[in-house]
Amino acid sequence: MSGYQDKIKETAERLLKEGSVEMVVGFRKGTLPMMNEPCFIRRPEDVRQLVWDSNCGINLANYLTDRKEKIAIVAKGCDSRNIVTHIVENKIKREKLHVIGVPCQGMVDKRKVAAACGGDIEAVTEDGDVLSVTAGGAVQTLSRMEMLQENCALCAHRNPVIYDELVGELVAEQTGIDRFAEVRRVEALSPQEKWRYFEDLLAPCVRCYACRNACPLCYCPTCFVEESRPQWVGKGQNPIDIRTFHFLRAYHCAGRCTDCGACERACPMGIKVRQLTSKLNKDVLDMFGWEAGLTLDQRPPLDTYKPNDPNDFIK
Amino acid sequence: MKVITIDKKDWASGLEKTKSAFQVFGPVKEKEWHSFKALGPGEQPDMAYNNTRLSPKFLVEPQTDPMFTYSLDEAKEGHHILKEVRKDIAPKAVVGIRPCDAAAFLLVKRNFDTPQYQDPYWLEAYNSMTFIGLACNAPCSTCFCTSAGGGPFNETGLDVLLVDVGDSFVAKSLTDKGDKWLSAGGWASATDASGKVEALKQAAETKITSNVRTDNLKTRPTTQLYDAPFWEDAAFSCINCGTCTYSCPTCWCFDIQDEVRGTSGIRMRNWDSCMFPMFTLHGSGHNPRSVKVQRVRQRFMHKLKYYVEKYDDGIQCVGCGRCIRLCPVNIDIRKVCNQMNDYDPAACVCPA
Repeated sequence: MSGYQDKIKETAERLLKEGSVEMVVGFRKGTLPMMNEPCFIRRPEDVRQLVWDSNCGINLANYLTDRKEKIAIVAKGCDSRNIVTHIVENKIKREKLHVIGVPCQGMVDKRKVAAACGGDIEAVTEDGDVLSVTAGGAVQTLSRMEMLQENCALCAHRNPVIYDELVGELVAEQTGIDRFAEVRRVEALSPQEKWRYFEDLLAPCVRCYACRNACPLCYCPTCFVEESRPQWVGKGQNPIDIRTFHFLRAYHCAGRCTDCGACERACPMGIKVRQLTSKLNKDVLDMFGWEAGLTLDQRPPLDTYKPNDPNDFIK
Repeated sequence: MKVITIDKKDWASGLEKTKSAFQVFGPVKEKEWHSFKALGPGEQPDMAYNNTRLSPKFLVEPQTDPMFTYSLDEAKEGHHILKEVRKDIAPKAVVGIRPCDAAAFLLVKRNFDTPQYQDPYWLEAYNSMTFIGLACNAPCSTCFCTSAGGGPFNETGLDVLLVDVGDSFVAKSLTDKGDKWLSAGGWASATDASGKVEALKQAAETKITSNVRTDNLKTRPTTQLYDAPFWEDAAFSCINCGTCTYSCPTCWCFDIQDEVRGTSGIRMRNWDSCMFPMFTLHGSGHNPRSVKVQRVRQRFMHKLKYYVEKYDDGIQCVGCGRCIRLCPVNIDIRKVCNQMNDYDPAACVCPA
């Protein structure tokens, strides 16, 4: 993947030098192991900051919303699908973008690595499928593939679906993956078990809204949780209000979610918030044969009307 | 200031004894992380922990804290009159709190206990607590307490400092409250372990490798820092969630809300965050901090400039490192603090 990094820098430098974009949105090295920080580059001499490795899990499409500049953006598969969604939903114009496509090989889940190694992780380096982790002065090696974020391990769209140029050869898409095993497990629970499951799932929530804010889909100027006239949701730690926030947020993403995993990655409390969006992704696939962000030519099923809608009530 | 040794063999039984005089809170591991929980009979704190994921500030300032209840039912006596919610002010012992988090309570006290105003909710809760600190023998890589006026063996804000010296804790009582807690546990073996403690303290301090510069913050002109060119870059990645402020032991902001269901109402206060646009939204619709960069700047300026100027006693941060570890996009207060401290517009070669 270091080849990607050189190509990203080279491309960014060229675009900035020729003046075809005003800024490049990408990642720079973070201050912690397994953390890269989204950044923008305006001057060709600053492109050396740009990095690419298995720690670029944040969805950069989130940084495009309503921007007016001509922007080049480094985009892996899921970012590109959210760029498509943004274009379809008029949050950015296609002609304002230069998409530097990155065929993705999955991003590492730093919590999995921390759980596997224990203690305070001092450094992590990667070479192919080998992660070398320094913790407590000792070095351990892990398989990168085994440490992937869950959404990456289940990803069927690693290649960018929209791009102006690529930084490497397209990668083989994963096949034969059961994306919805976990959803089916929850679906099969009894009502009482489901209630307990969701109670436990959301109990740690502190309503920091990191899940919502990390998501490129959540761009409403005023979110329903912040409306005060009328006030739809209480502001405190009442579990019903917390669940209302999570369920409604997930429903607002139905048919739009690309399963980029940004919400789950961002949650400081380690809540598996993708459990909610995955169920809706499964339903939308089952009912409408739809996966979000794969085409510029069609709007998401839940904001269109079609005579062949599977539900009788709408006919 | 008595110093005693508590043999680890006598720790659990002594702690059980303290539970008759105190409600005891301690760090408990749940799934992957630790948090402070009330310890029932037989429950022990995990004294080998690093630190809790969220700070223990919620023990004094709960995220949602009911202040009053009321009824809107005119058939009921006392309708439309606020009734104060009674708080539990029985003695509590917070066992195993880290020195940074204990120091944070004193820092926050500046806000809740002023000569002009005393916040009864915060103060009653705070005064009911005895803080039994646990010195950090192995600070984390994100710790920078030594740059924030503290240290891994700091005693500020504590009633007792425990030092884990292997097969025993050395307990130094720092206040009358501390004496009472130690007596309640029945521990009384006087000791002189100062040499051992000092060696552990020095070893712990050298493990803290983050040196954050704060010496120029006070003298840098506020307007220069406010207008500094690095804010756009520092704020770009921020998603404006509340992770930093909610995990922070020194962020004290709250919002008061009324909630009515049927005819019964409750007035509560909830944590609030300067990262949220709603934090500064005026009734008129105007928002003086309407864009992200203004909100990010506010958080850092408050902690590292306005507070420094107002109290002249260091930064509004104890260096616990939680915001660094938990930030979804890796915004690092150490980096921003150094940028602010070193910023000199005369020497700046930043792009216009």
